[in-house]
Amino acid sequence: MSENVEKYIKRKVYKSTSSGIAQKFVDAGLEKLRACINCGTCTGSCPSGRRTAYRTRSVLRRALTGDESVLQDIGIWFCSTCYTCYERCPRDIPVTDMIIKLRNIAVEEGFILDAHFGLANKIFYETGHGVPANGEGNKKWRDLRESYGLPPLPPTVHMHPEAVKECQELMKSVGFRDLLDRIEKQKEAEKAKKEDK
Amino acid sequence: MSESNKWKYGFFLGCVTPNRYPMIEASIRAVFDHLGAEILELEGASCCPAPGVFRAFHIPTWLVIAARNITIAEEMGVDIVTGCNGCYGTLRDAWVELEHDYELKKMINEHLAKVGREFKGSIEPKHVVQVLYQDMGIEYLQGFVKHKFKDLKVAVHYGCHIVKPSDKRPWDGESEDPRFLDEIVEITGAKSIDYKDKFQCCGAGGAVRTAVKEISADFSREKLENMRDAGADIIINCCPFCHLQLDLGQMEANSIYKDMVGEPYKIPVIYITQLLGLSFGIDPSLLGLIKNHDLKGVSPFIPIESFLEKVKAQLT
Repeated sequence: MSENVEKYIKRKVYKSTSSGIAQKFVDAGLEKLRACINCGTCTGSCPSGRRTAYRTRSVLRRALTGDESVLQDIGIWFCSTCYTCYERCPRDIPVTDMIIKLRNIAVEEGFILDAHFGLANKIFYETGHGVPANGEGNKKWRDLRESYGLPPLPPTVHMHPEAVKECQELMKSVGFRDLLDRIEKQKEAEKAKKEDK
Repeated sequence: MSESNKWKYGFFLGCVTPNRYPMIEASIRAVFDHLGAEILELEGASCCPAPGVFRAFHIPTWLVIAARNITIAEEMGVDIVTGCNGCYGTLRDAWVELEHDYELKKMINEHLAKVGREFKGSIEPKHVVQVLYQDMGIEYLQGFVKHKFKDLKVAVHYGCHIVKPSDKRPWDGESEDPRFLDEIVEITGAKSIDYKDKFQCCGAGGAVRTAVKEISADFSREKLENMRDAGADIIINCCPFCHLQLDLGQMEANSIYKDMVGEPYKIPVIYITQLLGLSFGIDPSLLGLIKNHDLKGVSPFIPIESFLEKVKAQLT
């Protein structure tokens, strides 16, 4: 094998003008995108692209070239994860999974919408449910359950406080708590900076 | 019935079903009981966690919590059944991924060991519709039909994660034009109508609804327009989050896209086991179809009385 060919195969992603982001893309498995021929099947199949400026193939291209601005592009949050692009990609790239990985990197860099952060930090971490029925504000939902002959709370984490603790322990163990704390500090600092201005 | 002994499932409720659309929970319980399937509670189960949000935030968190939920059923030695496409997507994807990646499984089990659990992969996460269609089968279901609807046009909405990604689903790779849900609907005599872009996403998933409600509402507006054009009497679905998006989403589309919508949408949204239960002759109050409260701002947001009125005469 010629030296040049070998160099090409070993090259993980195109050289980025930015710092370590390109390597993070590689570590997340985004080098699979090198099989992409930019045919646009993903983009043409995308129900979100029908009504927003989100263009799947453009996002993938930017990830492949190590363009870190893609992490701040709100468009990556317009994918409804319907998996149509994943099914139709002629190069068998797991497109939707790539978008999800890209979002993971964005969150790690602190690029997460306030609504999403609140959902993770306050609701999911605290209750173990993404859509809870406990707490003062949710009385009507418990009453609704009872009106259909069901107990006011389901036999989930809602009836088992020890199970909520267990979930929290697991989330700490995989580093989610630290991640949330770091983002919270970042968000507070940004807010303070804005107020100073 | 000898067959019924093998039908034993751990009921994975998730979040939207028990906490926002309890009528769906009631109808699944009633129909499974009627069909001779035993439902056991998965005590202490949590959010699956939702694939569009939590998986998109932090994959290790998504995997470890999903694995924990699966271990609850493993300890009981039963397959999981869930009525939610999102929970199905999470539990099934996590199950397949952990089964196919030894290193990943080892890593997740190291975390689970801290709370005294181990993911084995010994049970299968299933969808309510999968159990109805594959474990029980159309012929078995037909034996329970007591009333046949003579005049009912149904817009069937599958949702995405019940069929996709198809390499992690049990439908022989079919993702573009599945028929299983239409077949179940049609044993009740109702007609599953064709409509444009039938397999398009409802717009709720993938963190989109939380991010920008207007975009989600535009997805549903397009679906609702196509359903209305085709003359649908009702919408039938098999996912509480699609259910929410197509029910509450009608109100949102009616207000956000008032000029495009014109005459406001008011198509009743019915879960598959509610329709099946009616056809089996189960008391509608056990199927969560009869409103028995005066609560404000609760589901269903689009009244279903027009549907009940229409089928009343056909249930004889």
